[in-house]
Amino acid sequence: MAQIFAYIVHKGGVIDDTAAELAVAAKKIDASSAVTAIVTGSGADLDTVCQEAAKLYPEVWKFDNQALAYPNAEVIRKLLVDVLPKDAVFLVPHDTFGMDLGPGLSIKLDVPYVPDVIEIEAADGSTFKMVRQEFSGMAHTHVACDLGSGGVITPRPGVFQPEEGAAEAGGKVTDKSGEAGDLSARRRFLEVVEAEVGDVDITKADVLVSIGRGIEDEENIELAEELAEAMGAVVSCSRPIVDAKWMEKSRQVGTSGQTVKPKVYMAMGISGSFQHLGGIKGSPFMVAVNKNPKAPIFQVADVGIVEDILEFMPEMTEKIEELQ
Amino acid sequence: MEILVCVKRVPDTAENEIEVKSDGTDIERDDLVYSVNEWDNYAVEEAIQIRDNVGGSVTVVTVGDDESEEVLRREMAMGADNGVLLSDSAFEGSDGRGVAAILKAQADAGNYDLILCGAQADDGAGQVGGMLAAMLDWPYASLVNHIEIVDDKKIKVGREIEGGNQELNEIELPCVLSIQTGINEPRYVGIRGIRKVASVEIPVKGASDLGLDPATVGEAGAKVKRLDYFVPELGEGAEILEGSMEEKIEKLIELLKAKGGLK
Ligand SMILES: Cc1cc2nc3c(=O)[nH]c(=O)nc-3n(C[C@H](O)[C@H](O)[C@H](O)COP(=O)(O)OP(=O)(O)OC[C@H]3O[C@@H](n4cnc5c(N)ncnc54)[C@H](O)[C@@H]3O)c2cc1C
Ligand SMILES: Nc1ncnc2c1ncn2[C@@H]1O[C@H](COP(=O)(O)O)[C@@H](O)[C@H]1O
Repeated sequence: MAQIFAYIVHKGGVIDDTAAELAVAAKKIDASSAVTAIVTGSGADLDTVCQEAAKLYPEVWKFDNQALAYPNAEVIRKLLVDVLPKDAVFLVPHDTFGMDLGPGLSIKLDVPYVPDVIEIEAADGSTFKMVRQEFSGMAHTHVACDLGSGGVITPRPGVFQPEEGAAEAGGKVTDKSGEAGDLSARRRFLEVVEAEVGDVDITKADVLVSIGRGIEDEENIELAEELAEAMGAVVSCSRPIVDAKWMEKSRQVGTSGQTVKPKVYMAMGISGSFQHLGGIKGSPFMVAVNKNPKAPIFQVADVGIVEDILEFMPEMTEKIEELQ
Repeated sequence: MEILVCVKRVPDTAENEIEVKSDGTDIERDDLVYSVNEWDNYAVEEAIQIRDNVGGSVTVVTVGDDESEEVLRREMAMGADNGVLLSDSAFEGSDGRGVAAILKAQADAGNYDLILCGAQADDGAGQVGGMLAAMLDWPYASLVNHIEIVDDKKIKVGREIEGGNQELNEIELPCVLSIQTGINEPRYVGIRGIRKVASVEIPVKGASDLGLDPATVGEAGAKVKRLDYFVPELGEGAEILEGSMEEKIEKLIELLKAKGGLK
């Protein structure tokens, strides 16, 4: 079986949760393989990251270079094409970095690319069956892929959960910085612009009434505001509401928005995409109201109600007000 | 600036309940409502705005069947100058890499400065743009939510990264970008706009027109093969409240009180 590599995402000297998740995914491809972690970056933080990675992986390759200070996928792709063996199986999380790196890397390595994978099963020899979702999570599919001559796979963040209390790998860190070739690229990183702070901090709310595309019209947002007021809750939303400029970006829950930790989360007309759910932490009591009984959100919610939110919300507001 | 925008016709997930056929070979396609992939609409709007600012032209292209022509017409009604349909039975069953290879042949045949794709389409892969860029050996940036034309050699792009933050890059032309929703507000297309382009000729190109070896695309060239569609065995799932609307609300209020969701 080909050698497996995992790319370690890190920021400010802290490794991302996906570092441990990729180790779990790699084991599903080859339980006996000594998986190699790849850590790229620059500066003092990098050694801390390598030490953390060595707790999860038996081998850690460190690449320290000023050109790698910010993870620019175009630069890192060049590095990987130089240093990876011909038949490497390469894992990187399906996040904004992996989505930037993975497709092009698979072309340059001339290997198959399997994006956003949520399960991996051995099938026949070097052929694997992997599970993906299509149509915003409304259908699942098995895809087959031969990894015998390598591959690039992007496991979905949050899916391959490590077992608690697993033994430390006690890995060895090897400085491979000298093996990096030309790291110039036709895309240059300039700076990161931090998200704007909004008028309301949804991350501090205990109860969120969160609206999605099911709200249908900007004028209907009032219905959610009235319900939230009656409940003593705050209104948050899914991405399409922000794209339509109906609410501020600071109200958006999800991987490209805010991470919230409420006690109660009311998903109103939200389908339940993984990017939306990725922003909800701390296992709140989740209520989903959706007119489609097959909406994926019902798989993760605690309580589901099949109704039109435009009728449901005003009735619920009225009922609560009656009780007060 | 000569801009090529790749668009795909997809089942509209906001309009349809997607059901898996009982034999698992496909989803139920009868009565599905199709539309342009949401992300591609933003890409076409962005291309039109760039053209209107700096001049040039916008060509929309799709790899698909005869019915895919309708999405080209829709995007031309928005304001794209040309449409091209890449269609051939040899293209059927292409994986992302195959679609990218077909689009590359179209890119090679033109003289484009900029190619825009959507960040992802109905299969949620988000792969075609990055693959196309690597095949062309052009620089690439994904999840672009801001574009600023600096001059005819380079542009500045914002990429959306985790937590709503934005990463700014300078990127040389020609390049490929995949566009994230929210970058602009796609214009509305009325029935009149559609009528205006109803009789415009849309060229159709097949494998031989594009100089493509059929063995490298379609089912034959695919490295990743979809085996089936299935409905997963679910865990518990939500407790679905039954009854009249009033009864459901009463039950919910009781539950919320117990969970601290009502003061
Ligand atoms: C890189 C990336 C990052 C992303 N980040 C985020 C993020 O941070 N946050 C986020 O939310 N999304 C994010 N997305 C988008 C995500 O993939 C989905 O497109 C989005 O979450 C869908 O939002 P939705 O559920 O509101 O809309 P839809 O998926 O369209 O769902 C609408 C739901 O409302 C139901 N409905 C319609 N009308 C009614 C009604 N009257 N009453 C009741 N129910 C009704 C429908 O049945 C449907 O289930 C991201 C995507 C990408 C590619
Ligand atoms: N059949 C196709 N024809 C034209 N463009 C496509 C096609 N499939 C995918 N694309 C482009 O690639 C983007 C990402 O799609 P995907 O990689 O399939 O998630 C889409 O938003 C389109 O811009």
